[in-house]
Amino acid sequence: MSKINELFKSKIHAINVGIEFFKDDIVKQNASATHLDWTPPGGGKPELIAALDKLENPSVLEKIEEANKLAVERIVNSQPVLIGFDQAINCVPGMTKTTILHAGPPITFDKMSGPMKGAVTGALVFEGLAKDIEEAYEVAASGAITFAPCHEHNCVGSMAGVTSASMFMHIVENKTYGNIAYTNLSEQMAKILRMGANDQSVIDRLNWMRDVLGPILRDAMKLNTDGIDLRLMLAQALHMGDECHNRNVAGTTLLIQALTPYILETDFTTEQKRQVFDFVASSDYFSGPTWMALSKCALDAAHGIENSTIVTTMARNGVEFGIRVSGMAGNTWFTGPAQKVVGPMFAGYKPEDSGLDIGDSAITETYGIGGFAMATAPAIVALVGGTVDEAIGFSTKMKEITTTENPNVTIPLLNFMGIATGIDVRKVTQTGIMPVINTAIAHKEPGIGMIGAGITYPPVEAFEKALLTLSENIN
Amino acid sequence: MTVQVVIKPNTYFDSVSLMSLSTKANQVEGVEQAIIAMGTEMNKGVIRNVGLMTPEVEEAKNSDLMIVVKAATDELCENAFVSINELLTKKNTNTGKSEVKYSTISSAAQSIPEANLAVISVNGAYAAREAKKALENDLHVMLFSDNVSIEEEIELKKFAHEKGLLMMGPDCGTAILGNIGLAFANAVRKGEIGIVGASGTGSQEISVRIHDFGGGITQLIGTGGRDLSEEVGGIMMLDGIKALDEDEATKVIVLVSKPPAPSVEEKILAQISQCKKPVVVWFIGGDEEKITKAGGHFAKMSKEAALKAVLLAGADESKINKRALNIPLIEEVRAKLKPEQKYIRGLFCGGTLCDEAMYAAMEKFDNVYSNIQKNADYLLEDNNVSKEHTFIDFGDDEFTKGKPHPMIDPSTRIERFKQEAKDPSVGVIVMDFVLGFGSHEDPVGVMLPAIIEAKQLAEQEGRHLEILGYVLGTDLDYQNFDEQVEKLIAAGVTHASSSQNAGLLAREFVVKGE
Repeated sequence: MSKINELFKSKIHAINVGIEFFKDDIVKQNASATHLDWTPPGGGKPELIAALDKLENPSVLEKIEEANKLAVERIVNSQPVLIGFDQAINCVPGMTKTTILHAGPPITFDKMSGPMKGAVTGALVFEGLAKDIEEAYEVAASGAITFAPCHEHNCVGSMAGVTSASMFMHIVENKTYGNIAYTNLSEQMAKILRMGANDQSVIDRLNWMRDVLGPILRDAMKLNTDGIDLRLMLAQALHMGDECHNRNVAGTTLLIQALTPYILETDFTTEQKRQVFDFVASSDYFSGPTWMALSKCALDAAHGIENSTIVTTMARNGVEFGIRVSGMAGNTWFTGPAQKVVGPMFAGYKPEDSGLDIGDSAITETYGIGGFAMATAPAIVALVGGTVDEAIGFSTKMKEITTTENPNVTIPLLNFMGIATGIDVRKVTQTGIMPVINTAIAHKEPGIGMIGAGITYPPVEAFEKALLTLSENIN
Repeated sequence: MTVQVVIKPNTYFDSVSLMSLSTKANQVEGVEQAIIAMGTEMNKGVIRNVGLMTPEVEEAKNSDLMIVVKAATDELCENAFVSINELLTKKNTNTGKSEVKYSTISSAAQSIPEANLAVISVNGAYAAREAKKALENDLHVMLFSDNVSIEEEIELKKFAHEKGLLMMGPDCGTAILGNIGLAFANAVRKGEIGIVGASGTGSQEISVRIHDFGGGITQLIGTGGRDLSEEVGGIMMLDGIKALDEDEATKVIVLVSKPPAPSVEEKILAQISQCKKPVVVWFIGGDEEKITKAGGHFAKMSKEAALKAVLLAGADESKINKRALNIPLIEEVRAKLKPEQKYIRGLFCGGTLCDEAMYAAMEKFDNVYSNIQKNADYLLEDNNVSKEHTFIDFGDDEFTKGKPHPMIDPSTRIERFKQEAKDPSVGVIVMDFVLGFGSHEDPVGVMLPAIIEAKQLAEQEGRHLEILGYVLGTDLDYQNFDEQVEKLIAAGVTHASSSQNAGLLAREFVVKGE
């Protein structure tokens, strides 16, 4: 029997695109209809539609699908393991004593946002490269400092992402593919360097982290020769109500639980160990950077696959939002203006105090957690508007722009659906659905720090530019 | 300026909720600054930094909720506390089940395995792309959108044909599949007659007449208006005929179209001659001899086509009310018209209804003008100005640019009606009122004030204004067919019982000297 004759005998279930009352009329007749939340592809821009069409030519399409399959396979199969901690100068590739790494795509000091300038100058004082903040501004502008994105040195950095030579780093090895990712340690909350604060209390904390916290963690992990399987821990944390970008209470508990026996066995004094535990307990955020390093480690393994349209980086420097795409090997950035972050704020601050979206932490969404896994974290739905349904909506909606589900990291509330994995530039441009990012809000002026948290989206320009370039490069 | 503090001992709220509450509290009228936070050292630090520290705050414990409000007066402070307390106790009542929203046809099709059809009505610039996606996902397609290029149409239809799928449209306004009406469709009985139609309102008319004669519909497949053009080659109609011929439930097939391109007509006729089932053919202005020779049942007009179909399906002719033409009425109206009242003005929402009435008029008159005339000599120079016998299809492109179809929004026709009603050379104004899914909820009602006013004006001028109205619809349509007809009659409008009768009556009213 032909398909048309089969249809004659079937119950109609229509997918309706366009005029909504057509759907209502079908439903009134007791048939089923699903109305699409549709917008013109590429925002209706002819050049983008042409690019989408070009990428859909069967021969091109086949190459892309194959490349993307490989890319998401590498993301899903990556097994990032925490193998140690050490100072950046000792482990980060290309690090020098006068290098400052920062979040997001490349940017020169003069163009940096307030919080990033605050963090850079604070770091220069911390490293002894300037005697005070005032001098640090001169040093930073002098040309003596090498600025580079964290991402271009296998690193990620939360918020301003400022990483200097003597800071201690997580070292996360991909046991499947061998690559290594780094990120520095959480300074906890809230008046901290990464948020742009740089007064003496901030420098004192950085000194203590360099002299006590970092060495203890380093020595502890030397005793743990197996390393800590972060993906396993992440999966557990999600089942415990974290989304591992803005809620990290479960993940931090799991991480410190794993570290504690080794910390106890190090040669430091009880008082110093006690300081470490108190520090970890002072903020749930302790494991936040850890999940960023895990995400970076998995996504770097998927970067540089010819013809792939999978996004491997989303990062912001406070001025621009940049993405990298697997099919464009190396450091090709596609950028657009950094956006506002909308959400609740600490008492005493107003939306106009907010700096623009900043940080490499969107690597977590690139991997499929954070805003993408909002449905795992009903406790923090206030960030996304207030209802659990909205939180669930974010997680299911992200499936529209991704390639697969990661079966290793699941969402109980959605029948253990795997996290949405492999953001596809084509799908983002096609649907107009932007990846949702949970993130913190830093004060726009240097020296103040975190003032709130909420959600934001990348600028559509970054994806449009990426699509146009991909359509030129994939033949 | 006053600062007031309330400490709620042992009251826990999570920090994210409190941030959200603080943000809302700061928007309460009269509040200079409000802080709602747990009594932790860090939060006390924040309060100290903004200069609102008090002894009570100093003493608050980790487990206490602190509410600090700064406002211009004590009264404003107290008002703010009332509002803040409301915010604290307000429970989110939205517990509705979350509905999955899909953004693309592909994602919806992959997530809903039972989906079998896409109804597409997006802007024509994007429509072909969406239709292709639907076909790729093995969905049958009804493409309502117009402004899709003929090249795209051919590509889509060839692709659908290869995959064995329906590709109805572009510019397909109506379909009934499995008794479910899509877009503009009438509620009709389920039955034994299948329709394949290249003209939307023509197909609607056939389905409604069949229903009126007591018959019913198996499937109504719309093809879109260009399907029978030389370029497209009737791909959808040929596949439609074939499918209906193989469909067990269908006993009779009716084809509806304007005359096809010659090469396409040949293919259609060849297909008819191979059909196991009787095929009634209503090609407006079609060639009886060729159709009959191919084994088809020729119908010159719509009612005739419907009647033939129900009879072929086995209906008892003696029990059918054939809605015969009211001959005495014709004489009555003729008697009321002055010699100079000699022209028909047809104002139609339905293109095929316009065509049918126009073809009827062309049998008796040469001077028949329209915006949809095939003969270029009789195309109106200005579609806004009538000339002699004029038939306007308000659903044609010129009238729908940037506007909804007149079946949804009849405003353009109302204005035109007022203009025609004043013309002393007009003998009859004929109009259609289309009911059914998709159409206006009260098409007669919106026209009534203009009709009543025009009638009064004509009466003052001492002339009879003959208005002929046809309501396309069934007793099952949601607009209430009887009520629509009654409204027309009450306003002094002559009611025609079918599209065919409307065309013939309009013509006969103004035929002079017989």
